[in-house]
Formats: sequence, C-alpha cells, structure tokens
Amino acid sequence: MSRPVRFNIHPIEAQLGNAISVAEAPDGYAGEGFFTARLSDVVGLARKNSLWPLPFATSCCGIEFMATMGSHYDLARFGSERVGFSPRQCDLLMVMGTIAKKMAPVLRQVYLQMAEPRWVMAVGACASSGGIFDTYSVLQGIDQVIPVDVYVPGCPPRPEAILDGFMKIQELVGQESIRRRNSEQYKALMNGYGIE
Amino acid sequence: MTENHHHHVKLPEGSIEKQTTTLNVGPTHPATHGVFQNIMELDGERIVSTESTVGYIHRAFEKIAERRPLYQITPLTDRLNYCSSPINNMGWHLTCEKLLGVETPKRVDYLRIIIMELARISDHLICNSIVGVDTGAYTGFLYVMQYRELIYEIYEEVCGSRLTTNIGRIGGFERNFSNTAFTKLEKFLKEYPSVLKEFENLFTRNRIFMERTIGTGAISAERALNYGFTGPNLRATGVDYDVRVHSPYSSYEDFDFTIPVGSTGDNYDRFLVRNEEMWQSLGIIQQAYRKIQEFKGEEAEVFHANVPEYYLPEKKDVYTKMEALIWHFKIIMGEVDMPKGEVYKSVEGGNGELGFYLISDGGRAPFRLHFRRPCFIYYQAYPELVTGGMLSDAIVTMSSLNLIAGEMDA
Amino acid sequence: MAVTNDLIQQKLTAKFGEGFFHFEESYGMLTIEAPKEQNLKVLQFLYEEEELAFRFLTDLCAVNYPDLPGRELAVVYHLHNLADNLRIRLKVFTGIENPDIFTASKLFSSANWMERETYDFFGVNFVGHPNLKRILNVDEMDYFPMRKEFPLEDQTRRDKDDEMFGRG
Repeated sequence: MSRPVRFNIHPIEAQLGNAISVAEAPDGYAGEGFFTARLSDVVGLARKNSLWPLPFATSCCGIEFMATMGSHYDLARFGSERVGFSPRQCDLLMVMGTIAKKMAPVLRQVYLQMAEPRWVMAVGACASSGGIFDTYSVLQGIDQVIPVDVYVPGCPPRPEAILDGFMKIQELVGQESIRRRNSEQYKALMNGYGIE
Repeated sequence: MTENHHHHVKLPEGSIEKQTTTLNVGPTHPATHGVFQNIMELDGERIVSTESTVGYIHRAFEKIAERRPLYQITPLTDRLNYCSSPINNMGWHLTCEKLLGVETPKRVDYLRIIIMELARISDHLICNSIVGVDTGAYTGFLYVMQYRELIYEIYEEVCGSRLTTNIGRIGGFERNFSNTAFTKLEKFLKEYPSVLKEFENLFTRNRIFMERTIGTGAISAERALNYGFTGPNLRATGVDYDVRVHSPYSSYEDFDFTIPVGSTGDNYDRFLVRNEEMWQSLGIIQQAYRKIQEFKGEEAEVFHANVPEYYLPEKKDVYTKMEALIWHFKIIMGEVDMPKGEVYKSVEGGNGELGFYLISDGGRAPFRLHFRRPCFIYYQAYPELVTGGMLSDAIVTMSSLNLIAGEMDA
Repeated sequence: MAVTNDLIQQKLTAKFGEGFFHFEESYGMLTIEAPKEQNLKVLQFLYEEEELAFRFLTDLCAVNYPDLPGRELAVVYHLHNLADNLRIRLKVFTGIENPDIFTASKLFSSANWMERETYDFFGVNFVGHPNLKRILNVDEMDYFPMRKEFPLEDQTRRDKDDEMFGRG
C-alpha cells in the first residue's frame, strides 16, 4: 500500500512579482511558423546562458569562489552548473588568486589548451595587477601572459562582485560577433601575446 | 587556431624500457586545494615514488615584511592560512605584544578567543568537507558552506571583511563588538550544532567513507615528530601537543576543553580529530560568551589595552580628539620607539603551530620576520605517506592533510 | 630536576667546556651561540641527553646581518622539549664568503625542506644535504633574494611609472 503523503500537501502559491527575469528573445522578424533573427544573437544567447567556467583558483580568491559556488550566492543560476577542470571542455577561464612567475607558464599552457571561443576573467587584485605583492616573484597581472576580458577588483572580491564580473562576461558573450575570432584585430591581439 | 607543433621531446635514458608511468599531478588541481605539484611514478595504480614541487604561489612575505611597519604586516599574515585568517592576525598581534610588553585585559582575551575558535571551526569545516568531496561526496560540502557564511557575517560585523580579515589591533580590537555581532553569534551557536551533527552522520559511520580512509596515509608518532608535524595531523598519531595548552596565550588557561587524539595517524583519524576539535571549539565559544556576559558596566566597554603608543586609535576619536590624532600620526609615521630584541611566539593555527620569529632592531619595520609555517613543514612527509599506496588514496591523503598553498609558500 | 635555562647552560658547559658558547636570554628564551663547525655535535647532544631531550625541531631559518663582518649569515634553530615544555634557540654564524654549515637533516627530517628554503633565500650551503636546490623561487634565479643587498621589487619591470612612486 502506498504511504499517505505527508509533505507539501498544502502548497503555497509562489509570490514572484519581479523576482524572475526572463531572457528576452533577440530582435527578429516572426511570422507563422518561423522566426528570423541574426545568427550571432541566437548563438550569443545560447552561449552566455551556459558558460562552462574553469576555476583556476590559486589562493584566497579561490575560497571566495567556493563561497560563490555554494548555495548562498549560487553561480549555478547563471548557467554554470558544471564547472570543469579540463581546459579542453571549458569556455571561461576564471583566474582567481596570485599568479607567481613560477606559475605563469602553467597558466599560459592551460589557456592555450582551451578551444575558441574562450574568455578570461581575472578575479581579484593579484590576478589583475599583482595586487599587494609588488615583489620579485609575483607576476604583476595575468595580462602579461594572456589576454583578459574582464577584471574583477577586490582583495578578495565579494561573491557579489564575482557574480557582477560574470554578468559582464555574459554581456560580452551575448554581443560577440561571429566573425570576431577571424578578424585582423583579434589576430593582432593574439600575436601580441605570442599566440598563433 | 593553433598550428600543429611537432614537439621533439628528448626522452630520458631508459624511459622506453621502464615499467612505471610518470604522472604529473600538476599545479592546477580541481579548484580547491591550492597549487603544488607531485610528479609520481606509478606501477599501475600503485605509487612507487613521488617528488613534490612547491613555490607556485611564492609571494615573498618575509621580504615584504622587512619594509612594512607592524600594522601593515597584518594583511600579509591574513594571506598565510587564508581559511582561518583571524588566527594568523591574532598570532601576529600576540607576537608584537610580546615584543612590546603589552598586557591585554581579560575581556579582550575572551573576545579574541571567540574569533579564533570561529576561525578554527571555519578551517576544519573546509578541510573535512573537501575530504568528503575527494571521496566523491559533494553534499556535505554544500551543507557546511552555508554555515561558513554565518561565520563570515560575524567577522564582517567586527572588522568589515569576510575572508582576509585584518582583524584586531596590538592590544585589542578596533571596535567593540556590537549587539548585532552578539546576536549573530547567538544565532550561530543555536543553529550550528545540529548541522555539525548532520555532517557527522553523513561521514563518520558511513561504510564507503570508512573503507576509503581507514588505513591510508598513515604515519607513526615517532616519524611525525621527526618530521615536525604539529596540529591535528600530529594529534591524529597520538601525541597530544597543542600550543593552546602547552604555552597558553590569550587566557586559554581559563577554559575547559579536551584535546582529541587519534591512534594510527591515518586519514580517518585526521578526519575524526578535526571533527571533534570543532565540537571542542564550539564548547569554548559558549564558555567565552558566557564569561563575556558576566562583565558589567564599564568593564563591558573594554575592548583594548591602554597602550596609546601602539594601539591605533578608533577612527571616531581620530576625527574628533587631538590626542588620538597625534598618536595616530605618530604610529603611522613610525615615530614610536620600538624595543630591540628577538622574540619567537607561536599560536595554534588550523594546521598546527604557527610561529612568528621577529627580530627588531629598533626601526619601524622588523629587521627579520620569519613565519614558521606548519603546512610547509609537514608536506615534506607526503612521499612517505603515499608511497606503496594507490593513487586515489594519495589524493585523499593530500586533502586530509589540509594543505593550504598560501601557508606553504608564503 | 626541572629543566631550566640554568640547567641547560650547566650541562652544555660541562660537556663542551667553558668559553665555547655564548649565552643570552631574550624574552625568557635561552639563546645559545655555537661555532659553526660544531652545530651538529651540539644538536646531537641536546637530542640525546636524557634530561635535556630537545627532540623537536620547531624552526630553522637564517638571518642576514650585513654589518657584522665575518658573521654576515646566522642560521637559527628553534628547538623544543615537548615533555618539559621548554624552548631554546641555537644560532651559528658564518661569513658570507664560504657559508658552509653541516646539515641537520639526518637528525631531524623536518630540516630537509627548511634548509632548502634557507639555501634558496640566503645562499647558505648545507654540507651533506641530499637535495640542495631551490624550493620556493624559480629554478633559474641566480641570486639569493632575502639578502639585504637585493631589492624587493622586480627590477626588470618596464610598466611601472616611477614618478607616481616618488622614485622618478
């Protein structure tokens, strides 16, 4: 015999109000049975809501990332439910923590292994510019070795700040043109870093 | 995008014939551990030998400290064991107080103990839940991270920051604990024991967890002492050395707590010792809170020692009173006389005896400051712990030792 | 007999002779200065002696005193007697020209990495160490950064504006 239900037998209607934001459909022309829009818009919408980050956590900012991933601040609601540790499978490289000169070749190697399109977020003061450590052993900012899209300042940045940086990356991803990675300007940027 | 590079790697002599695989458990770990590298020689799954490389986050703290006056070194100490930064801060302030000969009033000591024990709980929660994650059990980690947020809120009430706290001053605290801080502390004390009980229930008698961790990564007490182990790793082998009891600081002698010890020094014992220490820390916080509530009247407003030469005055006094402004200026500019001497002070950090060796030559910055970092010292024993065992056990051993890269490399 | 600083001094002078050591007490901790060739003998004696039993090496580091000619580098050992709860400090001085000190890693396994760190930062050559190479800095570094003569910042940076830092 099935047991009688004990829980949630008087469900409460959720009072949402403005609590849920709905992703807007991209601008397009709709008709009966079809919808045309720019391919870059549609692809951008899909990509930005399902970014797979690679947390490259080295020090204290890594612990704030763990708090961001936890249930209080919850990075998963932005689409990054699956954080990956293999660069081949990830879109977004989040560098969190101090990068020493000994670590810089490792970081570059991880970046090179990522497939296009890839974005980089420098979380924290140490990754953005060397932070409080202006010493002989610390790399003064990861943009000495890899190109960076978004910098999140803070020491460590609050989880809300990391989420704000993540939303800025989402904006960049949503508006990226399809031909950007083939353009002359992008190639020149990569050459500036010695990456083919 | 990248062209095909044909890398012609020269293989070392005899590497084609050798029977073992070289595996690089490299500096980039799955997010949580920190950056250190182990190059392991594996025979199938069994580890034949391993060699560790550290220094991937060497930030030259000791060299920076030679340039900074005492208050500017506190943010450096934060970043040693960043999971429990208040303990590092307090340890540094205690070292300065030993050098300068400052005595702190009892209420300050009890407040410091509350903050330090909260930090210890926060550190052990991360360590134990990550041991769970490494054996595949992700749920415990998510449950307890919620309660670390409560601890962070208490820090925020006192010093304004969550993780790298820079909390306290030489002689006390920068501000009195507000009523909100005590309300948050009461909320934590009410809600946390049931969560810790639930976390224990997930792991301590869980058959899979026990079979993964019992017998792996074991070390004997003699070898552990020879390797300089301290803290929960040493107590798991059976030696009951705890700096809080051996050389009590900050009025720990007024409190009643036991030191949990294990017997075999394997991963399971380390897990249990840390778990029991969290219960003991909770007991200490409750005793301290009761003792603080007994202070009445003027005594209840004391939050720092009366040492204007070394205590950075409260901001509201600096903006309104002349004397406080002058002392603030003198301390920041380094016009205060420092005694010459050398002092070694240690506190019980989350990982063991965190020591500060400070040599002062009378100038505004230390002549030499050396941190005795427990993680650096006991990581040397890692090859001995894992050789002969399986690779997956080595991963669990690495996380159960609670290796914090910031403390290892400094 | 409770182990006190006086007892340690007596036993050491009894074993090694008068005038061999230089004793000091700093904030309650006895500081012993020994000649550098004898550091292992002293450590061994402190380890094996029944009553003294300093069997735990808490810390090993070095200090650079640029103003003491012939004694520029000091290696400092902090030892701890866990049973009687007593700590002492042992210092050996060496000149900067030939900073050779015998290694304590046979006696204390914890000295292994601590000596590598001391070598990395100060250039102290530990004779008999199984694997004396750099541990925290990059392997290609050719100077010893913690010595007082070397600066804190990276001198090869070109992007820092010295005007803003008051050095222009």
